[in-house]
Amino acid sequence: MNTNASTGDYRTQQTLETFSFLPPLTQQEIYEQISYMLSMGLTPAIEHESPARATDYYWTMWKLPFFGEQDLSTVVSELEACHRTYPDHHVRLIGYDNYTQSQGVCFVVYRGKAAW
Amino acid sequence: MAKKYDAGVKEYRDLYWTPDYVPLDTDLLACFKVTPQEGVPREEAAAAVAAESSTGTWSTVWSELLTDMEFYKGRAYRIEDVPGDKDCFYAFIAYPLDLFEEGSIVNVLTSLVGNVFGFKALKHLRLEDIRFPIAFVKTCLGPPSGIQVERDKLNKYGRPLLGCTIKPKLGLSAKNYGRAVYECLRGGLDLTKDDENVNSQPFMRWQNRFEFVAMAVEKAREETGEVKGHYLNVTANTPEEMYERAEFAKELGQPVIMHDFLTGGFTANSGLAKWCRKNGLILHIHRAMHAVIDRHPKHGIHFRVLAKCLRLSGGDHLHTGTVVGKLEGDRASTLGYVDQLRESFVPEDRSRGIFFDQDWGSMPGVFAVASGGIHVWHMPALVNIFGDDSILQFGGGTQGHPWGNAAGAAANRVALEACVKARNEGRELEREAKDILTAAAGNSPELAMAMETWKEIKFEFETVDKLDIA
Repeated sequence: MNTNASTGDYRTQQTLETFSFLPPLTQQEIYEQISYMLSMGLTPAIEHESPARATDYYWTMWKLPFFGEQDLSTVVSELEACHRTYPDHHVRLIGYDNYTQSQGVCFVVYRGKAAW
Repeated sequence: MAKKYDAGVKEYRDLYWTPDYVPLDTDLLACFKVTPQEGVPREEAAAAVAAESSTGTWSTVWSELLTDMEFYKGRAYRIEDVPGDKDCFYAFIAYPLDLFEEGSIVNVLTSLVGNVFGFKALKHLRLEDIRFPIAFVKTCLGPPSGIQVERDKLNKYGRPLLGCTIKPKLGLSAKNYGRAVYECLRGGLDLTKDDENVNSQPFMRWQNRFEFVAMAVEKAREETGEVKGHYLNVTANTPEEMYERAEFAKELGQPVIMHDFLTGGFTANSGLAKWCRKNGLILHIHRAMHAVIDRHPKHGIHFRVLAKCLRLSGGDHLHTGTVVGKLEGDRASTLGYVDQLRESFVPEDRSRGIFFDQDWGSMPGVFAVASGGIHVWHMPALVNIFGDDSILQFGGGTQGHPWGNAAGAAANRVALEACVKARNEGRELEREAKDILTAAAGNSPELAMAMETWKEIKFEFETVDKLDIA
């Protein structure tokens, strides 16, 4: 029965777009998303930003997009390197689609410590 | 040699049935499903449709000889059986490009579905498809933003967008209405929507609605850190009033407005699309009245034609039906016109009701909006059917959640993200629907509650308008 007492209270969350309503992805789950991106022919790219500026449209690029990259482990090690260098920043992984000039994939892999 | 004037009534087929004609790349082609009155031969009926929708009239007139009718006339160039129905047939008609004003969908429709639909020799007539030549497509403005620009503005990638139509559709005060908007958006939806018949009624005048909704959108945006929007319906009884409402939405910094393109009309729609392009607003399009025009299998205009017309006239989102929800929609046929909204080239494919190759050139894509009677259990099928470039538009499926709109929105968002993630992992969404949702609900009490609430709801009736497949 739905009485007021049994009604849940929904607390508004600060979220970071796609996949931010799921529990943090495990390493294996992240690998699977990277593998999907590569199989779709998307170009992996990494961006990072301080949590205070998370709502900015442009985040800072980590190096250049990895054009032509097919190796999952390279993408993983670049993500880790970015995270090591900017441990307090959010780090997101993007899959550029040069046909639609959009992003086929975009999700935050590491959440910066300051925000949570 | 010059022709002589010969007054009187001729058979249409003498002039307008040209089976040897090879259509030009610049011709506008149409396919009609024709049901003639008994005793009217197919060639004569097809020729009559060609004539009455282009240059012809029932009697020869002397002034025809002042021009070159061979250059301007429409031609019936092919007749085909309709699989499984002997009473009707398909007539293919080619119209020269110069019969139509550049960029004017209004003009195309006034010709093709004008007087000819009342023609006595026909029992029924249905416009099944139009092939717009690329030369005409390039004269149309099209979607003010298009899918790519909208994703960039809203900062949302790699998934369908989530929307919700605010209910009850009529009767709320502006402040209470804004509350419902805020709750949906803070819970995780991207966009909320005025219902099609929300204009400026006595219980909620448009200025008040726009102001309270703008507060709701801004607060949700600030608190969640995500870009939010609400389709403010600017449909009005005069174009002047429509533009005034659009201007106010812009003044409030709102990203999206909305129009009912069929009841409002194509002139209003093309004008509003142009205004949106100029002012940088996204234009959501509702299709109220479409079923009056497109539902009868033998008479009217198929929705694929209305969808193509809308892409040319201008709109960034268009309601397409859901396949799975409470409203009519055959799956293959729906996918056929969803392609017409989003792709840059769509090949002929009769199994999806597509009669012609259609080259869209550089025309931006339109988001397909799946709306009507959907809830979390439909999510796996919706993601599978519509893919990322769609807006999954809930109503009762968000606001009917026992804990309210925010929890309902969160349930929708968790279900969506779980489905997208599973799809990317290579899982079969529709077959594994229950497992995927159940696992996601383990981390989301809101989703678990939604799944419990709607577990019994199904909408399984036969589709009235089916594709004619051999």
